[in-house]
Amino acid sequence: MRVQIRRWFEVIVFISPALILIGFLVVMPAIRTLALSFLNEEGQFMGLQNFSEVLLSRDTLNLDRFPRRSPPWGAVPHNAIWVLLHLPLVVMLGMILAVLLKDVTGASFIKSAIFLGMVTPMVIGGGVIRFIFDENTGVINAIFRLVGLTELTRSWTAYPDTALLALILGSIWLWTGFSMILYSAGLATIPKELYEAAQVDGANSLQRFFYITIPSLRPVTITVVAMTILWELKIFDLVYTATLGGPGGSSMVLALQMYFLAFRGLDPNRSAVIATFLTALTLIIGVWFVRSARRVEG
Amino acid sequence: MRVRWGRLAVHLIAWAVGLIWIIPFMGILMASIRPHSELVHGWWQLSEVNLSFDNYLKAWSHTTAPIGEGLKNSLIVTIPATLLPLLIGTLAAYGFLRFRFPGRNVLFLVIVLLLSIPQQMVAVPLFQTLLDIGLLNTFAGLILTHTAWGLPWITMFMRNYMTTLPVEVEEAASLDGASRFRIFYKITLPLTLPALASVAALQLTWVWNDFFMALILLYEPNMLVATQRIPLLRGQYHIDWGILSAASMLITAVPVLVFVVLQKYYIRGLIGWTQK
Repeated sequence: MRVQIRRWFEVIVFISPALILIGFLVVMPAIRTLALSFLNEEGQFMGLQNFSEVLLSRDTLNLDRFPRRSPPWGAVPHNAIWVLLHLPLVVMLGMILAVLLKDVTGASFIKSAIFLGMVTPMVIGGGVIRFIFDENTGVINAIFRLVGLTELTRSWTAYPDTALLALILGSIWLWTGFSMILYSAGLATIPKELYEAAQVDGANSLQRFFYITIPSLRPVTITVVAMTILWELKIFDLVYTATLGGPGGSSMVLALQMYFLAFRGLDPNRSAVIATFLTALTLIIGVWFVRSARRVEG
Repeated sequence: MRVRWGRLAVHLIAWAVGLIWIIPFMGILMASIRPHSELVHGWWQLSEVNLSFDNYLKAWSHTTAPIGEGLKNSLIVTIPATLLPLLIGTLAAYGFLRFRFPGRNVLFLVIVLLLSIPQQMVAVPLFQTLLDIGLLNTFAGLILTHTAWGLPWITMFMRNYMTTLPVEVEEAASLDGASRFRIFYKITLPLTLPALASVAALQLTWVWNDFFMALILLYEPNMLVATQRIPLLRGQYHIDWGILSAASMLITAVPVLVFVVLQKYYIRGLIGWTQK
């Protein structure tokens, strides 16, 4: 009996501080947000009415304008476009750079330069994006001016038709370091013998890349894809400093929309709908990641 | 001979890519150390170069958003918000790995799933909770929030690391009559030092770089952390890129320094995501 009590005492001492903090400051608030999304201001149960109102509102989904007229197309399409452009480019760039830098002199310097974007606070990343796309101080516009593309020479973040694109391009620059570093580490674990055997069998370098490198990097690719989608869905700081979702909502994203609804519009119920919707999306990715990571292991 | 040309090409491409990647940061550096008049036609114009640290001084003691005060506040928040979850998370990781108790696997699964949820999911009720217990707009409130928010990944990361440690030593010590706490403190903890370095590097960077939690939980002007002051330096219509760049350099210096010093552990921490 005394052994039993001592055992429980140990469990409680080791685990309860973490569980109490997570419970009070993460789990309980999350459950309350979930509850808020089904209630109205008076606390009455509304079923899915909040969801249909908020998710079908023009701020969230505005497909009348898509794709012929410029954004705003709504926060959901903006996040979706972000994923569709950012994810494949980041995965491919990261993998290609990792392979390219494998036997380069000074690769660690180049890798650090590319990784710098990952170390930078994203609030500042947003500022830098605005800076490089600025009409006068921006290096990108200087290049356009140099090659004579004067119709593209302007502050990209200040116009509805280019703001979102500028932010997405900038976020590729900031995030590629993440996938490159993971792929570099993955490459180092592939046994040399595999390549040597393939070379003996007459495989050229492209064949080796497609039949050895890419399949061997599968676990890394799963991680990069999952973490990158989560990052794209949660994007906030960068948009906040670069455009505040503007002009006219043309670069609004879900996380920022939630913030505006909650802390500027003071509407906890409508903001809870966005938060819950966003969480549902991230949980799908989270569950997929846990399951595929298990499968790779087993 | 063909091979050598190929190698040269690879090197040229690699160095060009590295250069392209660093150009935006070069711009920020140049804008921060050169006077406004030289930036009007672009920071890449080098016909006249005068270096000055005026922008740094102006950013440090800016009237609406002094960065010096922000850096001090960021330090006050970041140090405890790194050490606390490190300690609590390591204890929990050990508990989840070495003890058997009902609900263990379910609890751990919940913790893993919490890793993916966005901060927006807790924002409004968290604001309310901290208001109720008098910790809204206090450093303690933000520190506790960062601690709780860091715990799921730290617990998971440390548990995964501890699975690689031999259990036999602990069992031998246990037979010799050592208590759990002694075993944890004397045997397990020293072996986890590399993992603790990874966790410290990443948690410190994330807390320092955090913007959203600070934005919703700290609002008094003299309490704001460094990242919160960046949007305030940006005027409504006109942006003083010199001051903004200097402030950016000052704030980014801390995570860059952490990365440079703890690079090996930093990267190992990120790679930790690929295992389990």
